[in-house]
Amino acid sequence: MSVLVYINSKNGLHKSAFETVTYGKKLGDVTVITTGSLSADQLATLGNYGASKVLVDRSVEGDDDQQLTRVIANAADRCSANTLIFSHDLVAKAVAPRLSVRLKAGLISGAIGIPSSDGTVPVNVFSGKAFGHVKVNSARTIISLLPNSIQPEENGSACSVEDFSGNAGSAGVKVLSTKKPEGEIPLPEAELVVSAGRGLKGPENWGMVEDLAAALGAATACSRPVADIGWRPHHEHVGQTGVAIRPNLYIAAGISGAIQHLAGVNGSKVIVVINTDPEAPFFKAADYGVIGDAFEVLPRLTEAVKKFRASNH
Amino acid sequence: MKILVCISKSPDTTSKISFTDNSTKFDENGVQFIVNPYDEWYALVRALEIKESNGGNVTIISVGSAGDEAVIRKALAIGADDAVRIDADPTDAYFTAMQIAEYAKSNGFDLVLTGKETINYNGSQVGGMIAEALDQPFVSLATKLDVNGSTLTLEREINGGLEVVEVNTPAVVSCAKGMAEQRIPNMRGIMAARTKPLNVVAAVAVDQMTTYVNYTMPNAKSACKMIDPSNMDQLVEFLHNEAKVI
Ligand SMILES: Cc1cc2nc3c(=O)[nH]c(=O)nc-3n(C[C@H](O)[C@H](O)[C@H](O)COP(=O)(O)OP(=O)(O)OC[C@H]3O[C@@H](n4cnc5c(N)ncnc54)[C@H](O)[C@@H]3O)c2cc1C
Repeated sequence: MSVLVYINSKNGLHKSAFETVTYGKKLGDVTVITTGSLSADQLATLGNYGASKVLVDRSVEGDDDQQLTRVIANAADRCSANTLIFSHDLVAKAVAPRLSVRLKAGLISGAIGIPSSDGTVPVNVFSGKAFGHVKVNSARTIISLLPNSIQPEENGSACSVEDFSGNAGSAGVKVLSTKKPEGEIPLPEAELVVSAGRGLKGPENWGMVEDLAAALGAATACSRPVADIGWRPHHEHVGQTGVAIRPNLYIAAGISGAIQHLAGVNGSKVIVVINTDPEAPFFKAADYGVIGDAFEVLPRLTEAVKKFRASNH
Repeated sequence: MKILVCISKSPDTTSKISFTDNSTKFDENGVQFIVNPYDEWYALVRALEIKESNGGNVTIISVGSAGDEAVIRKALAIGADDAVRIDADPTDAYFTAMQIAEYAKSNGFDLVLTGKETINYNGSQVGGMIAEALDQPFVSLATKLDVNGSTLTLEREINGGLEVVEVNTPAVVSCAKGMAEQRIPNMRGIMAARTKPLNVVAAVAVDQMTTYVNYTMPNAKSACKMIDPSNMDQLVEFLHNEAKVI
């Protein structure tokens, strides 16, 4: 089977790229399509994860959905791909649905695993409260994989990189400016997340949360009311009506664990809950629980993490 | 400006999720349905604000059966001039998007708005599919939308940041948090919604491209291990040696 994996390499190659190539490799022979200016040497490293070839259209610089759709559709025809793989990020959310229509290919978005023997692909539904098992009824399939759903596997060596002209055409969306917070770890891809809720009492107390996140190398998140009152930016709001995440570790301090909050975080592999109230519903969804005051526990945990990192890791 | 707002019904966020018919169907028994929050709070409210400042017309569209009209009336109570129900079961995102695109094509809108995703299927698919079918630009996950004549200025989330972009109408936009504030319908709105036009349109023939074969529930968590709040070294030790996440 011929598999085409789209990779957004605008800001370099990230773990999500290695995940999608690894995923594709489990299904067939992988060609990668990307755009932008990353060097051929860097792109060739995708071979380590199982890509046999990388096609790069250097004429496209941004993430315009119509340009990317044309380029990827042409690449799919060029390598007769019957399966297309995306990482379920913000670019994929615009481009994969367009390709579904253009290529008449069923789109499975939010996949959390590889297809099973009956051909169905597991996906998150009801914001993580359940899983759906989806199959497509079309000749071609598009799968958009949730970040952190599979481990990247290195099992190959550098591959060839070819310039490709995908007839991108003109962009419909004109980018006026871009703001990128420096040094922040994007929440959807983060492996470790430290999150806090109304129990922290005010935005001035978030230093404790940021200190722990910095010690761990984690991203920060928050509950909905905290974002709604403006203590924290909206993009940190996790839950059913915010970002859905599935990190390896989710530490929640001063969050009660309402059903709408749990919906967005219960895909986390390990959950630590810090709460003064032993009856807080979040403890039912936790792996490790600390009944205590976040104002004392968070700094103590930060010290313990620093000590641990300094000694061996 | 003529705006079409796509709405979907979704189970109330407090609903207990379960399945029937050998785990092949969502169990609607005792479930309250609401307008999908992203559609209502952001897409619909922003459309109404644009109409209030620039004039124009806001139409709500939903693909669903007659039973879904209660949810459509809930949306009409918040505002909007009229509503359209495409009379069909919304079997998958492609089917749904093609129905809406067909209606949009024959009725000509300057702007089509959707929510960023539904809270039941979480696909983020319908908006992009409509845009492709209409051959229009698509701005996904916009957190801000301003209209200046036939030019839209938007902010949207990008991987790890924010982008300010401009597109010309006609265009399709999916709306995320930040775009508007939730509005609570008042009594007048609820009364007016009862008599607003709700046109029923027959569906066009479209193939369904995906099938949800069945559903499963996550495994129950084993009991939570309690750690002494004064002993955070122990927690770190467990996270390292037992859970192996750090
Ligand atoms: C339609 C809808 C959608 C929603 N979507 C979301 C969503 O996506 N995400 C989301 O998070 N919520 C969502 N909610 C809101 C949700 O129902 C809860 O209200 C919210 O999650 C509560 O936030 P919280 O836990 O921070 O605050 P609270 O419920 O006020 O809980 C604060 C917690 O902090 C603890 N605490 C207090 N002081 C301390 C201390 N010093 N140290 C340690 N612990 C302390 C308390 O015991 C309590 O458990 C939604 C609600 C609705 C109706």
